Amino acid sequence: MDRLDQLESQSIFIFREAFNRIENIAMLWSLGKDSNVMIWLARKAFFGHVPFPVMHVDTGKKFPEMYDFRDRYAAEWGLNFIREECPPLEMTDETLPPAARSAARKTEGLKLAIKKYGFNALFAGIRRDEEATRAKERVFSPRGLTGQWDFKDQPPEFWDQFKTDFPPGTHIRIHPLLHWTEVDIWLYTLREQIPTIPLYFAKDGKRYRSLGDKDITSPVASTATTIEEIIEELRTTKVSERSGRAMDHESEDAFERLRADGYL
Amino acid sequence: MSEASEAKLRLAAVNPTPASARDLLRIVIVGHVDHGKSTLVGRMFHDTGSLPDGKYESIKTMCERRGVPFEWAFLMDALQAERDQGITIDTSQIWFKTDYRDYTIIDAPGHKEFLKNMITGAAQSDAALLIIDAAEGVREQSRRHGYLLHLLGIRQVAVAVNKMDLIAYEKDQFDLIEQEYRDYLTSIGVTPTFVIPVSARQGDNIVEPSAQMPWYKGPTVVKALDSFMPTAAPVERPLRFPVQDVYKFDQRRIIAGRIEEGHLRVGDTLMFSPSNKSARVQSIEFWSTVPGKKAPTEASAGESVGITLDEQIFVERGELASHVEHSPIETDVFRARIFWLGHEPLLKGKSYRIKLGTLEAPVTVQSIESIIDTSDLSNTSSHQVERNQVAEVVLRARRMLALDEFSKAPKSGRFVLVDKYDIAGGGIISMDGYADQRDLITSRSTNITRVVHGIDTAARAFRNGHKGGVLWFTGLSGAGKSTLAVALEKKLFEKGYNVYVLDGDNVRHGLNANLSFSPEDRAENIRRVGEVAALFGRAGMIAITSFISPYRSDRDRAREAAENFHEIHVKADVATCEARDPKGLYKKARAGEIKDFTGISAPYEAPDSPELVVDTADTQIDECVERLVNYVETKFKV
Repeated sequence: MDRLDQLESQSIFIFREAFNRIENIAMLWSLGKDSNVMIWLARKAFFGHVPFPVMHVDTGKKFPEMYDFRDRYAAEWGLNFIREECPPLEMTDETLPPAARSAARKTEGLKLAIKKYGFNALFAGIRRDEEATRAKERVFSPRGLTGQWDFKDQPPEFWDQFKTDFPPGTHIRIHPLLHWTEVDIWLYTLREQIPTIPLYFAKDGKRYRSLGDKDITSPVASTATTIEEIIEELRTTKVSERSGRAMDHESEDAFERLRADGYL
Repeated sequence: MSEASEAKLRLAAVNPTPASARDLLRIVIVGHVDHGKSTLVGRMFHDTGSLPDGKYESIKTMCERRGVPFEWAFLMDALQAERDQGITIDTSQIWFKTDYRDYTIIDAPGHKEFLKNMITGAAQSDAALLIIDAAEGVREQSRRHGYLLHLLGIRQVAVAVNKMDLIAYEKDQFDLIEQEYRDYLTSIGVTPTFVIPVSARQGDNIVEPSAQMPWYKGPTVVKALDSFMPTAAPVERPLRFPVQDVYKFDQRRIIAGRIEEGHLRVGDTLMFSPSNKSARVQSIEFWSTVPGKKAPTEASAGESVGITLDEQIFVERGELASHVEHSPIETDVFRARIFWLGHEPLLKGKSYRIKLGTLEAPVTVQSIESIIDTSDLSNTSSHQVERNQVAEVVLRARRMLALDEFSKAPKSGRFVLVDKYDIAGGGIISMDGYADQRDLITSRSTNITRVVHGIDTAARAFRNGHKGGVLWFTGLSGAGKSTLAVALEKKLFEKGYNVYVLDGDNVRHGLNANLSFSPEDRAENIRRVGEVAALFGRAGMIAITSFISPYRSDRDRAREAAENFHEIHVKADVATCEARDPKGLYKKARAGEIKDFTGISAPYEAPDSPELVVDTADTQIDECVERLVNYVETKFKV
């Protein structure tokens, strides 16, 4: 088994644990490179099926290419697809810096969707190497009823024994890609020929490394026009993946505050 | 050309090694709080040029804002609370690469309060780097972490003696620390590959060899890490395939799980324990969009697979599949060395839920053998195990469990305990003194039908004037079982009872002459006696058995075999029995001439709720016999 086989096997194991232990579960699909790999891994885990709803919590501010991609593959992959609307900006914490506040709409949308469908758990495609607070995450991460993350007292998690028992009212985030890195995602996308949104490839010397709302996401300088070139670029770059995501950089703790409140 | 083969060509052109995934090694950095773990990581990143653009500057800003000197710990301490208090609360991970390969560096908190987070981090690693402060020397957590690494199964360990600049790069002091810590690690079975003198703050021996310590000839930290090997998948060991789930999304009935050890092939006969059902592997299922990809015919350790079987046997999550000839142990009782992380202490007699592979079952803490002090490895006894303590315990389940000894098959020889909703501890299994019960519960006879007797139980009792049944004496050697059995037999015989004593030494001359004193044979000895006693009972007689029969599981099986079964605890403490020592056995056991001697070097599991307790330490023999006779007269009356 090479490194990609090992990553894949671990993710499949996580999917199967969650699917067996937790009732009423759904997957979050942000349409980005990571969540596309996540859907792929679910199909591997369940032999071509995705046996739970796949939900896009829509801010309405994504790039048109992302919506095209979503509509095409939700049908092509035979997903049980759900689209949920995010509430307006006024419903978010006004003390957050502007971009973080804009991102917080997604947190609110998420909370409403969880309530509406009664989901006990959500699969989310975050990775440890994306950002420092995500590096501290658990694979099975319990949240309060309103989504808060108690990062100061997380459950122990070892020997692939996850926390699968919860008092009523707990919500769980499950992270099947937590152990993957950005390069791993692209290597796997290449190996498995997973469809990709064209915004990731360089146009006029710029490409998107991470996709979000169009008003708070900016491209990075790049000449990579193929996945192979992206992989080469990532091997030498010293620019962080989320440098184009405004809400990470407004203040030292903006992202931590977002996450503590339930952001992904 | 098809899309897939086009893609392959494209891939080959870019990467001579397909997918070009570099080797990855996961290293955990552990040690006592403030011994410099985070600083060492920061220095390693800086000196290998692995920091992202602007990171150094942003850490500098964070430190200036707090009015503290430059602090490398801020690289990994991502939480505000960690930065403000200058303490690592939770484990974190960060990636870097050397020319040789990629690394995941796992930072584990050194503070005792966050031991659960240290374990969470350390358990994911292939190798460990232990940090010790040269000025402070070996401290409580230095030892505890070393001990826990061993318990977690991490065998590749390097030690960095940090802050050498504070002791003027003195060789003598380094040698003392090295000796002290090597001695400790050796005593717990860990051999450190390297002990390296470093100064993380000054950069000595991290990436570049130190000019300050020409006396040190070994590798730098980075070179030492490069010498470690990723944990190899145990492909050649006996198959262990825990069933994770059974899917029926379409016409296929797929048994899904990850192969933990060994390998399997299409056509292999698999045995599922503890249900002991077997069937052959019909196919290994897969999903792929790559055209022309064929179904695999074999799979090995580390792979998450799905198989179908040639027969529709009922198999569910929690069963452990193996090949027939190398099956796991089946038992309902075992020994474990545990570390406890629960908010509430672990209590003797309390029930917890065990998660063993994919199996979940209730278990009870039968005994707490000892609390282990990880500083000096001394043992103390206690009725409870506190948070962050390590202990040796005996756990009992209400059903058979399929498992292995940790030393033989780590993946199926370790477990976690769940208290209410939380994982509250972990442990590794040893069967020291306990028997594999697989053979005792496996019936190898087929095509047998019971013959119905022409005489019923009541008719036999009417003829004999009393009921038949079993008086099962259990107790330590020297407690007085044989003396009482023989005296009781005589009294009952005189009163007209059909009674016979089955005695340990006697049956070993005939019926059980082919059995040794190994745990498995001792269990078989008791199984046979239980069956024979049951036959006596059914024949209308009273069988009195006189065996130590130290294990609850064995006695419970004898009870199941018989009708009208009475467990009688012939009770006397070890000291009393040892003072009597009628056969001189205690003396021999103390001298080490008899190994696994009950009460001295092997456990005696006293009955939980025996029908009768006869205390021979406080009561005269005649009086005991009198009580037994009265008991029989009431219980065996027609």
